Amino acid sequence: MTKNYFEIVRAGINTTFQDQGRNNLYHIGIPFSGAMDNRNFLLVNKLVGNKLDQPVIEFAYQGPLFKYYGDKINIAITGDVYFKIKRNEIIIDGKCYQTFNIQNGDEIDIISTNKSVYGYLGIGGQIDLKYQWSSCSINTKANIGANNGKKFEVNQKINILKINENLNNNKLDYINTKIENIRVIKGTNFNYFSDEGKKFFFEKEFIVSKLSDRMGMRLEGPKIENIVDTNIKSEGLIKGVIQVPADGNPIIMLSDHGTIGGYPKIGVVISADYDKLVQLTPGSKIKFKEIELSSAETLFKLYDLETQNLISQI
Amino acid sequence: MIKNILNLGDAALYCDFGRDVNKETNIQVIRYFKSIQNENIEGINNLTPSYNKLIISFDLKKTNFKDLKNTIENLTVTNIKDLKNKKVEIPVCTQEKFSLDIKRLERILSISRENIYRNFFNKEFFCYMTGFIAGMPFLGDLDSNMRAKRLETPRVKVPKGSVGLTEQFANIYTYESPGGWNIIGNSPLNIFDNSKEKDPNLINPGDLITFKEITEDQYHNYND
Repeated sequence: MTKNYFEIVRAGINTTFQDQGRNNLYHIGIPFSGAMDNRNFLLVNKLVGNKLDQPVIEFAYQGPLFKYYGDKINIAITGDVYFKIKRNEIIIDGKCYQTFNIQNGDEIDIISTNKSVYGYLGIGGQIDLKYQWSSCSINTKANIGANNGKKFEVNQKINILKINENLNNNKLDYINTKIENIRVIKGTNFNYFSDEGKKFFFEKEFIVSKLSDRMGMRLEGPKIENIVDTNIKSEGLIKGVIQVPADGNPIIMLSDHGTIGGYPKIGVVISADYDKLVQLTPGSKIKFKEIELSSAETLFKLYDLETQNLISQI
Repeated sequence: MIKNILNLGDAALYCDFGRDVNKETNIQVIRYFKSIQNENIEGINNLTPSYNKLIISFDLKKTNFKDLKNTIENLTVTNIKDLKNKKVEIPVCTQEKFSLDIKRLERILSISRENIYRNFFNKEFFCYMTGFIAGMPFLGDLDSNMRAKRLETPRVKVPKGSVGLTEQFANIYTYESPGGWNIIGNSPLNIFDNSKEKDPNLINPGDLITFKEITEDQYHNYND
């Protein structure tokens, strides 16, 4: 009998468990998955006193509403999220990047993300979840991961196997910044596009389309004209690759992307900008900026250092 | 042999084995893929072999393009003996409700459906790669008169088990997915078993595949 659990009162739009993702499976067609915004995933685990690779609840736009039953437990939320905690008749305004001590009967109402897509709820303890290929990350397309690879639904329970002993209150002074300039390394088919197409790609603005999810982000803007071939022999993809299909509208591959694709690759988003990219909501403006490999490597080192720094401040 | 190694972004190697798509080139890709897999090289996250490319993605915290390129260029590629061409027979039902695009194929190929199916069921296919969605095999090669382009507007949902043709290849939708291949039938066989961690794919690169026609009754009784 589990005595500590969260009951899902409202499931939210796209609520899944995510962790560090699963490696070494692209060759059989299984994507990496994992938390879309890796920095906020790491921070939420640290805030609640977990190991950094523990599964957390990822939500998008409208979040879930949980009711908790059991002994005191710590939770925290990262991202740019509007939420409230209800204790009896009292409503506590939620604040991101700080732990909350939750007790029997409390409700966590994650109302929505503000000007961002993904938020993360960390639970201070070990959650009862099924691992598949050493990850619980839920891939709803292939039905892989915890909860039989499906989104969580109303009335389901999230059972806690063990509560972290340390119920310290942690806090971090951090504000998510939004970026408009996404830095990109030229792709392997850059020369498939007309001079004007290449120019548009790096000079014009693109708008994030509503047709974006964990698999990919579609963009709308000036059409990028292909002058060689709108198909290539299907080949491997990685997250961050920007493909341009025949209609001339770029699509950026995100964490649940198909492992193989046959559209020309105009560019690849640098690793340092990925966490910020995925947080851009439909309607956001994007401008691509060309960058060399060596600078991208340096920028990633800096980004990673900054993340480590934030973790060590908790 | 690898003709050229480029960077794909800042965290992947793009190994090009040449322009042509044929078994010889693909076997080279698979040999490299298996050799690298056996080496357990530090920092490699994923290997994606395809017809004539091998993409190696890595953890930028552990290695970088220059170092990993150097490692791959100096790798001893062994003649992998376990590329032993497993043979797999796939049952396919071609009843009208499953063969969503057979009329379109008759029209664009100018071949009768009887001849399309005769050609398809008499062919032995080679698995070049698996992926796009979990376990989906890319099987070649169709005769040159059997090659059709993808649907102009891809379907939002292609049913699980659908067998499709495009250009020189056949494939099988391992689960319901969006897709643009010309669907000519459906197989009741489970091609991807996500409950098996060790060997979830029934078909792997290098395997030899034939298709066998079954009746609708056989289709419905298949998994009993």
